[in-house]
Amino acid sequence: MHHEILIGGFGGQGILFLGRVLATAGMIEGYEVSWFPSYGPEMRGGTASCTVIISEEEIGATVTDHPDICIVMNEPSFNRFSPLVKEGGLLVVNSSLIRENCSRQDIDILEVPANELAGKEVGVAETTNMVILGALIARKPVVSFSAAEKALEKILTGKKANLLSVNFKALEVGKSFEKKGGVVSVSKRSDE
Amino acid sequence: MERILMKGNEALAEAAIQAGCRFYFGYPITPQTEISEYLSRRLPEVGGVFLQAESEIAAINMVYGAASTGVRVMTSSSGPGISLKQEGISYLASAELPCVIVNMSRGGPGLGNIQPAQSDYFQATRGGGHGDYRTLVLAPSSVQELVSLTHRAFYLADKYRNPVKILGDGMLGQMMEPVTWEAVELPSLPPKNWAIKGKNEGERKFILCMELDPRELENFNRKLERKYQQMAEEDSAWEIFGEEDNPDLLLVGFGTVARILKSVVREGKKEGWRLSLIRPITLFPFPYNEVQEMAQKAGKVLVVEMNLGQMVEDVKLGVEGKAPVHFYGRVGGMIPTVDEILQKIADILRGEGRK
Repeated sequence: MHHEILIGGFGGQGILFLGRVLATAGMIEGYEVSWFPSYGPEMRGGTASCTVIISEEEIGATVTDHPDICIVMNEPSFNRFSPLVKEGGLLVVNSSLIRENCSRQDIDILEVPANELAGKEVGVAETTNMVILGALIARKPVVSFSAAEKALEKILTGKKANLLSVNFKALEVGKSFEKKGGVVSVSKRSDE
Repeated sequence: MERILMKGNEALAEAAIQAGCRFYFGYPITPQTEISEYLSRRLPEVGGVFLQAESEIAAINMVYGAASTGVRVMTSSSGPGISLKQEGISYLASAELPCVIVNMSRGGPGLGNIQPAQSDYFQATRGGGHGDYRTLVLAPSSVQELVSLTHRAFYLADKYRNPVKILGDGMLGQMMEPVTWEAVELPSLPPKNWAIKGKNEGERKFILCMELDPRELENFNRKLERKYQQMAEEDSAWEIFGEEDNPDLLLVGFGTVARILKSVVREGKKEGWRLSLIRPITLFPFPYNEVQEMAQKAGKVLVVEMNLGQMVEDVKLGVEGKAPVHFYGRVGGMIPTVDEILQKIADILRGEGRK
């Protein structure tokens, strides 16, 4: 078991948080994990990315050229990262913000209209990251759903504990979207 | 034992508290500011002093003052800030004051950038400031090791009455990994009878870093020399990973690069290569003998660093010409990839590698 997961998007989309939930969940499952963020003079609206490795073995490199799972939350990260996905890997696309189609035939592509699902089904626009995570682990259980929930409980403590229920709901919305075959019940590419 | 996912900088800061550090003086700089941030919250909780100084130069001189009283004290910075501290580090070494200095290094020279680099190796291992002195240099490679080596740094600083540097980089500082907080056991240390405790605390003591009589100053330098020899005899540390006995090639790397080289060792196995890695954990004292021994077993050496070739000079001193030593480096905050290193190894094993 060895997964190299690359997550990219805008600052403010919760990219680093999503990675932290994944890494914490992997740790809860008993794996070795690492989390490495892009860091720099970045801010809301700039680019953000992070790499999470979940492995049975001691982790060497904490960055990767060939992720087997890649989540892209906006077009710049789609353009930059989708060519890197390892053959047979999984690309999760936030189709709310990425209008291009990925032409690659050698990988699995999961399109999730995360902004619409977060806004209309969860009711909180800021939960796109957890919607995406719910859909990802429904498609490919790199960590279990309950480990993801436990990870949220470890991270959202104190004053932030009141955000737990909405994040749990977002995970569920993402999961059931994937389970229903990724059918878009809301307008997939509405212009905002 | 519960594992906690922690950022390298925060784990180091907590380890300093656990090791008994109660005084921290620093000035913010990326990529290590979380150390200051964490200690600004935690030190007051344990009755310690956190002080953000007006500059790095002020901070290192506050370290000198605190260390003179025998307390455990730390400062941290990155490349440009560490350069500013060098005068103070030379004074600390001369006054034989124990302290811990953390460098989460970044791309240089000059202001450079804030991405990971190892280009401060020479500065760290050759003293850094003026005069004939050395500091112990520890090079962690994981967040857990940031914890264990921080404990060790405070211990070694007291054992030798000498500044100890922890040389990390932006990647180690910024990354998160699981950490366990086990009790750390280190040998006991003699009381600090040299420390200045204030009025009516026994005989008069001086902590000085000046000696005008050249004979006396030579004697003092000889004393330092014996101390550095003792460090080499008792406290050099390294890790060997991969093929121990009959490798095709020996890889040498420290810190972040050593992690990448572990991935290279595993990937190389798929190519049918028997690769071995030696990772110096102490950069001063450097494990010269062990590097030579492994190099002779392998017959070929590849040193990988995030600089233009600094530790490779120590590797060559260790190998003494008994095996060809190749080098691969990335600079400016670029991180070498597993693929690039595998390509370099393929070239060397085909006999095309340029030394």
